[in-house]
Amino acid sequence: MANYLLEIGLEEMPAHLVSAAATQLETRMTDFLSENRLAFETMTQFSTPRRLAVLVKGLADASAAIDEEVKGPSAKIAKDAEGNWSKAIQGFSRGQGVTPDDLVLQGDYYYANKHIAGIATADILTSVGRDVISKMQFSTYMKWANNNFLFVRPIQWIVSLLDAQVVSFDLLDVTADKITYGHRFLFDGQIMLDDALDYAPRLNEAFVVADAAARKAQIEAQIAKIAKDNNWTIYLLPSLLEEVTNLVEYPTAFVGEFDAKYLDVPEEVLVTSMREHQRYFEVRDLSGQLQPNFISVRNGNAVHIDNVAKGNQKVLVARLEDAEFFWKEDQKLKIADLVEKLKKVTFHEKIGSVHAHMHRVKTIAKKIRQAANLSADYDTKLERAADIYKFDLLTGMVGEFDELQGVMGEKYALLAGENAQVATSIREHYLPTSADGALPETEMGAVLAMADKLDTILAFFTVGLIPSGSNDPYALRRATAGILRIIESQNWDIALPSLISELYTLDVDGFTYAKQDEVMQFINGRVAKMLEGVARYDLIEAVLATGSLDVTYLTETAKALDDKVSDADFKTSVENLARVVNLASKLTTTPSVTEATLENEFEKALFTAEQKLVLTGTSAEKLTALFSLSDLITAFFDNTMVMIDDEALKHNRLSLLADIAAKAGQLADFRRILTK
Amino acid sequence: MMSKKLSFQEIILTLQNFWSEQGANLMQGYDNEVGAGTMSPYTFLRANGPEPWHAAYVQPSRRPADGRYGENPNRLFQHHQFQVVMKPSPKNIQQLYLDSLAALGINALEHDIRFVEDNWENPSMGAAGIGWEVWLDGMEVTQFTYFQQVGGIEVDSVTSEITYGLERLASYIQEVESVYDLEWGNGVLYGDIFTEPEYEHSKFAFEKIDTDVFLNLFDTYEAQAIKLLDLGLVHPAYDFILKSSHTFNLLDASGAVSVTERAGYLHRVRTMARKVARTFINERAKFGFPLLKDADLRDKYLGENGKYTEVAGGDK
Repeated sequence: MANYLLEIGLEEMPAHLVSAAATQLETRMTDFLSENRLAFETMTQFSTPRRLAVLVKGLADASAAIDEEVKGPSAKIAKDAEGNWSKAIQGFSRGQGVTPDDLVLQGDYYYANKHIAGIATADILTSVGRDVISKMQFSTYMKWANNNFLFVRPIQWIVSLLDAQVVSFDLLDVTADKITYGHRFLFDGQIMLDDALDYAPRLNEAFVVADAAARKAQIEAQIAKIAKDNNWTIYLLPSLLEEVTNLVEYPTAFVGEFDAKYLDVPEEVLVTSMREHQRYFEVRDLSGQLQPNFISVRNGNAVHIDNVAKGNQKVLVARLEDAEFFWKEDQKLKIADLVEKLKKVTFHEKIGSVHAHMHRVKTIAKKIRQAANLSADYDTKLERAADIYKFDLLTGMVGEFDELQGVMGEKYALLAGENAQVATSIREHYLPTSADGALPETEMGAVLAMADKLDTILAFFTVGLIPSGSNDPYALRRATAGILRIIESQNWDIALPSLISELYTLDVDGFTYAKQDEVMQFINGRVAKMLEGVARYDLIEAVLATGSLDVTYLTETAKALDDKVSDADFKTSVENLARVVNLASKLTTTPSVTEATLENEFEKALFTAEQKLVLTGTSAEKLTALFSLSDLITAFFDNTMVMIDDEALKHNRLSLLADIAAKAGQLADFRRILTK
Repeated sequence: MMSKKLSFQEIILTLQNFWSEQGANLMQGYDNEVGAGTMSPYTFLRANGPEPWHAAYVQPSRRPADGRYGENPNRLFQHHQFQVVMKPSPKNIQQLYLDSLAALGINALEHDIRFVEDNWENPSMGAAGIGWEVWLDGMEVTQFTYFQQVGGIEVDSVTSEITYGLERLASYIQEVESVYDLEWGNGVLYGDIFTEPEYEHSKFAFEKIDTDVFLNLFDTYEAQAIKLLDLGLVHPAYDFILKSSHTFNLLDASGAVSVTERAGYLHRVRTMARKVARTFINERAKFGFPLLKDADLRDKYLGENGKYTEVAGGDK
């Protein structure tokens, strides 16, 4: 049993790639060992901005030997007429590296028993450079010097140590050895590792906390202490904590301060400046009030930390100074002037200006309001919001902090005396900004958000900028999912296909939409995507066939069907309904049942039940109601010929089935459900 | 704190001495308006092709849109970059950079120095690189880049580029809040020299520019550049590309270019940049890549018949 350490020393990797790269190294190493039949007990990963490492413990001294039995020719062709080994047998034996006499006859076939001996672990590990490191994949690569080799950052050193023995290999100009390096500034010179197990402790002495989880825990503990000492609450935004952890090898948290006068600048601006631009944590008192302080994490120890704090304060203040300047200057601007200038801002060069986009959105917003049967009470406000909602794009603050678009729009609109609902809609129209991001809370905001997204999708499709494969530069998939989520969260009863059809008849300032079929197909695709995993695949297909784009309803119905799959009568009910739908499709005219023409008791009974059937309530209740017809349908089919020569009778029966089919069609296309 | 507070010119002298000792040739700032040290032919052109190149220079850089009439303590119409290009990138280039900070009196143990991912890109010049902004106690003082593509061509040999923002670095070293309070040297302040030009350039670019003249100039410079490129006269052609680029920047700052037109102008500059990069390599190949002393590499790139073959290159 042995322990093996592999460390790749790099120039600073992007913080957001560090953890994933360490996990990838662990996975590739695990696969490599398993492919080479090398057993081990545990594997631990280490990562900092400058190194990726794995420590394999309890590694076998050699790969497992294997005995393999290979089936050969049949006994019938093993020997020729003279009793000599046939060509087939001789060929097979040669291929397996044995002689014909070594073959074993089992049943009708000859078998070769092969033994593959184990290989010493050290010999196998010399392939790690080629088979593990150089196969790593990253979202960004680079090359350096005169090499054509691509990696995430230049490789500076490699440690490859089996217990105390170097298992050397070359990768580019680097030869794997037992030499590693400590913290860039706090430790001078090289570290000679005597044993693979020395890795973490020796690095700790050299001011490198190589275990990312331990490093994160240290940061949390240091910040918790600062919070306690000052009576502060500090929210450790997980993504920021992760990033900070991967920006440093040896963390020391410290506090900085800024003039309280900057607290007059909107909180979002301050928080964005601190988090996004400087990777600081913002500080609040116990009541949640933002404080004129910040917490940053230094890559180093506490020596001269005051100096570091002072420098960081200076940088933040320069940013806040800018922010304060924009905050004051922007308030001097007139919304009307900014809106006018939006005529010169391109939405997309093939589509036109942001101003024109807003104008189309204004029309669409009203159509949505009508299509969803919403109250016309706020029409005037909705129009006002649509007239101005992108003005903040031209403010200095959004120019500097683009992540604050909408947020600043709301603030500036309120300051300019706009109605509060209008202001909120301006902020909410960007929502949701991610697959599970927050949704607009106000109805008006939701209408504007949906209208903005709809025009975006339709306009980009119109000029042929259609997403394909993984290529969706204008985030049209996200916009579509956003629309569907908005409809769901607002509980709107809206027929999206007919709304979209209506939009294709519009001509706003000479702009008309094209490629309706492609848009509908695209939206359908997004709905199917959102339903993935909700229920059995065929059940999803069946509910999607209703043509509804209401994700909530479709999900509920697919789940209701899924719940019934194991019911005893599920198969019969589904098959009956499928048969009804199939036959009903043969009706070429409008269904009309004449009660007097109903002949036998079975069709009469089915008709009576169908007349009483009202599908209400949840999808599960509707399904139960629909399935309750099943016995009557069975009896009907057992005793009634539908496709008979008597046209009147046939038409009446088909009409009866068509009425049932219409009701069933609200839930699913039962022909698509597998019952075998 | 800093062991000594260097004047602006002492900072330049220190960096020049340092990088000269590392084998960089000290060039002079290019005598043409440029937006950044990267635009100098000593970087942009020399980053192309297989020839080694080590150079350092101060490049006064003009960014009309950043002009603030000499009133903003941090934003300038014209600032100074100290540019270092080492090609092929030396293995210890990061350490060399850190040593240069030490030479300036910045003790790493008293500060927080970080390499934070920031991949540099100049779409108008078809240039892109991988690298970092270097933070000194949270302030970006340097852009550090490994070029991957220049003029739309994947590079044969990777240039490491270090761009020090001299005013920022000096503000830090001299501990001043405003760039105008920096000591240039011998008791003369930065503001004594540059406040007036900052005001005048801003006044010109934002208020007094005759945009019709400059719109015409752009077309004229572009036509000259294309004509010269067709003749294989790389360096004069490049001068006119730089003039086009600066003319566009002036027009952009003055608000004379609409957003849609902007894309069109950038495209025109990019087209010229791609062409000049190709022409440069071909012209250097005709000279037999004289700076390429490594016989194996010469064979690799020139082949037996002495003709250039794009081994690692190719359009991206």
